[in-house]
Amino acid sequence: MIDVELLKRLFSEGKVSRREFIAQTAALGATAALSQSILATNVFAASSEPRRGGRLRIGLSGGSTTDTIDPAASNDMMNQVLINGQLGNCLVEIDHENKPIPELAESWDSSPDTKIWNFKLRKGVEFHNGKTMDADDVIYSINHHRGKDTKSPAKVLVDSIQEIKKEGKYSISFILKSANADFPFLLSDYHLVIVPTTSDFKDGIFSGGYILQKYEPGVRALATRNPNYFKSDRAFFDEVETLGINDVNARTNALKTGQIDVMNRCELKTVHLLKRMKGIEIIRQNGFKHYTFAMQCNTAPYNNNDVRLALKYGVDREQMLKTILRGYGSIGNDHPISSASRYFASELPQRQFDPDKAKFHLKKAGLTNTSFDFHTAEAAFVGAVDAAVIYKETAAKAGININVIREPNDGYWSNVWMKKPWCAVMWGGRPTEDMMFSTAYAADAAWNDTSWKNKRFNELLIAARAELDEPKRRAMYVEMQSIVRDDGGVVVPMFAADLAATSDKIGHGPVSVNWELDGFRAPERWWFKS
Amino acid sequence: MNPLASMISKRIMFGVLTLMAISLLIFVGVEALPGDLAEAILGQNATPETIQAFRTELKLDLPASERYFSWINDFVHGDLGHSLANGRPIAEVIGWRFANSLFLAVTTAVFAIPFAIMLGLLAAIYRDSWFDRLISITTLSAISLPEFFVAYILIALFSVQIPLFPCISTINDDMSFLTKLHAIFLPCLTLALVVIGHMMRMTRAAIINVLSSPFIEMARLKGISNRRIIIKHALPNALSPIINVVVLNLAYLVVGVVVVEVVFVYPGLGQLLVDAVSKRDLPVVQASGLIFAGTYVFLNLMADVLSMLSNPKLRNPR
Amino acid sequence: MLTLIKQSPLSAKIGMLIILINLGTVLLAPQIAPYGETELIGDVWAPMSAEHLLGTDQLGRDMFTRVLYGARNTISIALAIVFLSFGFGCSCGLLAATLGGWVDQLLGRVVDVVMAFPTLIFALMVLSVLGTSIPTLIFVIAILDSTRVFRVSRAVAMDIEVMDFVEVARLRGEGLWWIMCNEILPNALPPLIAEFGLRFCFVFLFISSLSFLGLGIQPPTADWGSMVRENAGAISFGIFSPMFPALAIAVLTIGVNLVVDWMLKRSSMLRA
Repeated sequence: MIDVELLKRLFSEGKVSRREFIAQTAALGATAALSQSILATNVFAASSEPRRGGRLRIGLSGGSTTDTIDPAASNDMMNQVLINGQLGNCLVEIDHENKPIPELAESWDSSPDTKIWNFKLRKGVEFHNGKTMDADDVIYSINHHRGKDTKSPAKVLVDSIQEIKKEGKYSISFILKSANADFPFLLSDYHLVIVPTTSDFKDGIFSGGYILQKYEPGVRALATRNPNYFKSDRAFFDEVETLGINDVNARTNALKTGQIDVMNRCELKTVHLLKRMKGIEIIRQNGFKHYTFAMQCNTAPYNNNDVRLALKYGVDREQMLKTILRGYGSIGNDHPISSASRYFASELPQRQFDPDKAKFHLKKAGLTNTSFDFHTAEAAFVGAVDAAVIYKETAAKAGININVIREPNDGYWSNVWMKKPWCAVMWGGRPTEDMMFSTAYAADAAWNDTSWKNKRFNELLIAARAELDEPKRRAMYVEMQSIVRDDGGVVVPMFAADLAATSDKIGHGPVSVNWELDGFRAPERWWFKS
Repeated sequence: MNPLASMISKRIMFGVLTLMAISLLIFVGVEALPGDLAEAILGQNATPETIQAFRTELKLDLPASERYFSWINDFVHGDLGHSLANGRPIAEVIGWRFANSLFLAVTTAVFAIPFAIMLGLLAAIYRDSWFDRLISITTLSAISLPEFFVAYILIALFSVQIPLFPCISTINDDMSFLTKLHAIFLPCLTLALVVIGHMMRMTRAAIINVLSSPFIEMARLKGISNRRIIIKHALPNALSPIINVVVLNLAYLVVGVVVVEVVFVYPGLGQLLVDAVSKRDLPVVQASGLIFAGTYVFLNLMADVLSMLSNPKLRNPR
Repeated sequence: MLTLIKQSPLSAKIGMLIILINLGTVLLAPQIAPYGETELIGDVWAPMSAEHLLGTDQLGRDMFTRVLYGARNTISIALAIVFLSFGFGCSCGLLAATLGGWVDQLLGRVVDVVMAFPTLIFALMVLSVLGTSIPTLIFVIAILDSTRVFRVSRAVAMDIEVMDFVEVARLRGEGLWWIMCNEILPNALPPLIAEFGLRFCFVFLFISSLSFLGLGIQPPTADWGSMVRENAGAISFGIFSPMFPALAIAVLTIGVNLVVDWMLKRSSMLRA
């Protein structure tokens, strides 16, 4: 008989997903509220009390010799763990419950229409060069991503800011172009790190828990603890060494032989063997990362919703999850909102593989004998080509003829994505429903890769941003998920879990799921057990 | 002028010309890479505005011929330019990596070359014996396995099962010379296994080839011992092909070890070049390509000059 | 021909046997193989058993089947590459040797330039321009390989070029093509066949290095190099399945080289 304690243990060891955990505890008669409270408290943190000292060595995939320390150019793990997990801070931090909490900001409030946001800044924060942080530094740092000439990918996010006003030495206000109740989330974006006004964004001077000593892009970085760090209960290591190790076997061997303490992106095919090894802990995060098969809704035959529905019914999600992700993930329901999100629509029925319904819709569209070209490449996500082959095989059972076209990895994002009418896509985490929808589903979004324009959806998107009443807001987001599910241009077969492995000497609290390695913050939040 | 000196200077001229042709080829080849840096770097994050900002900053809109001549000119003056991707001076990016590549190559060569030549000599002396066959089969197996497979086997044996050597060789300046040697033991061993096979087989073949010449027959008739014939008479005359294969393998050790660098996370030039190609960091691709080609041309030049010097007929002109 | 084989030493016979078995597999793989090439039939990395002679691979496909199909794919691609590179390299080499003069100089310099750039990196750049498909792969490696073939064939032909019988043919007024085909090629054959064997083996290694860097033959096609690569992660967990394709590569290479050694010896004896 499974009991709550056992489930808790399985969950803490990453053997049961959050969703399975909630479902199972509910089945045991525990109320949803109880299971949520178990989740929220220290389920994982049986580990130990935090302890100071030691040198943490992290081996990461996602480093390149072309990296720079400029937050506006940061786009992969090595720099993210370095800049966001060691050296720098944002105004707002996302905690393990996916809630925004103050970091360099002390508190915030908004005007009733959520168009003006006032942020009080923390006093007495010192940058690594000794300068004390004030409103000018914050404005300088955010403006790095605004304006015509910036090359920052965060430009799309901060474009919603009309004006930044300095209200006092430690107070600023953001005047937005349109209402946004989730604005604080936006300031937690990993690009929006605060630097002193004296910085050229390349010198590695920030305010974080570690100070940069050595940096060789894509190879190695060494940082030592910042004795003046403003958070007293964070940054427990004396030193942090970040190593770029792109070969997954090299990473795994380095962890096994104790040359590193933490690795990211375990190899799916050997992770079950790694899990059995002594002294190794696997950390699984069921986050926001998901794969989509995007159809352009303004192009025939995908402008016909029956075609889209037929293709949605023609995919065997369970098998794809099992074969492509080896179970490390969860199946999708044709919308991009993860079960880890606040407003995940758990009441929507899960769409299943249904050859009959697929046939029905295909017939209704009158396209029984058409073949559909599906463009894919390993560059879209690991296993994208295999996923396409599996899709082709299962869809054939529903009488749908999918023609898999393998594109070169090189230039996939510039030549195939957004260009071909139907292709494989990977989306990383977005902490809020609004950010996800505004980035890829709003009618005028630059990355609306399905060219999908649904009037009701776009009205709801604007309205939900300004809605402060929680239940009403939730209802709006649920409706939006259901519209994307039944009308949108994406097949969302699965959400992929992030898998990291650590030596069992590492202690940590509950793990954030917004980004890999505890939201990039492993060096700041984790510690060595005694 | 002494005919030897004139031959050597002619050979050097040829080397320089080859390098010029290569520089042009590299430039044209790199220009032909599809897509451009802005898109490769920004990836999914590329929007028309961010791409335009990148292009203007990096002067990608100048005509190609103009960029070629200014590149060659700067290169000759020792200025390798700046990396497009992160703005660092290329000399700084490449310098320590090239030093690392040389360090790995030289360390491997120092123990692999004498060992290989000795094995080759022994195999030639005891030709067709069980010893000869054993060496032949062992070296054949070593060169017939993919490098990364040999590397993974060595890691499994000497790093995971018996923890003698580290499985990743990220050397840095904080390490002492001895620590560095310890760290690169496994990559050295992997490479040595690959190159020893080639050099040993070529040495053996070259010696055996010389053994069929009339003057060896003469020495034999004089009653000189087999071992003495091989070391005193055959080896000096077989030097030219041996030098050639040694140099080819040296060139391989400097420029052809990308795979070993990846497996052992060794910060050498190969990894940099692969990264630069996939990120379209054109100046880095061009500079490291030219350095690679330069190394190859230089080593080949050395081989030719050495074999000219080792050839008694050329050394003592009539 | 038969007497020739009878006279050959034991090592060469073993080599020939290995080559024959491999060629047989190339032709008959679909008939011998117990399962389909890409069929998922069991657990991941199952141990050796009666149903799965060599266990299963990282996706749960039968390793024995994959090794057989691997022979088919790897060897036929390698053969295609070597034939192409020999066709191209040899004809240029023989041409350069027979014509001499500026043709020789030009070809020689072009080859120098191509050879000065590390092959793997060169292939990497070209393949990232053209995309990886099996035809481009074959073409690119063949061109890169043909530079070495050019050098060897030119050197060999130069040796023969100066011999009396070629001079005689020339004086007799025979055409260039006739001299190349009837006088030079037959005499240059043994060293060229030896080179053929060596090139053939290097091609596997090269393809496997390319697939290590993500550019070789694409999955789910079975080829030995990629199979070693895909299963390599298991080695340090003490799982032996990656050994089998590697073993297959090693055995074939050794077999080919045993035959090559014998041919080299024969040709040197003939010349002496």
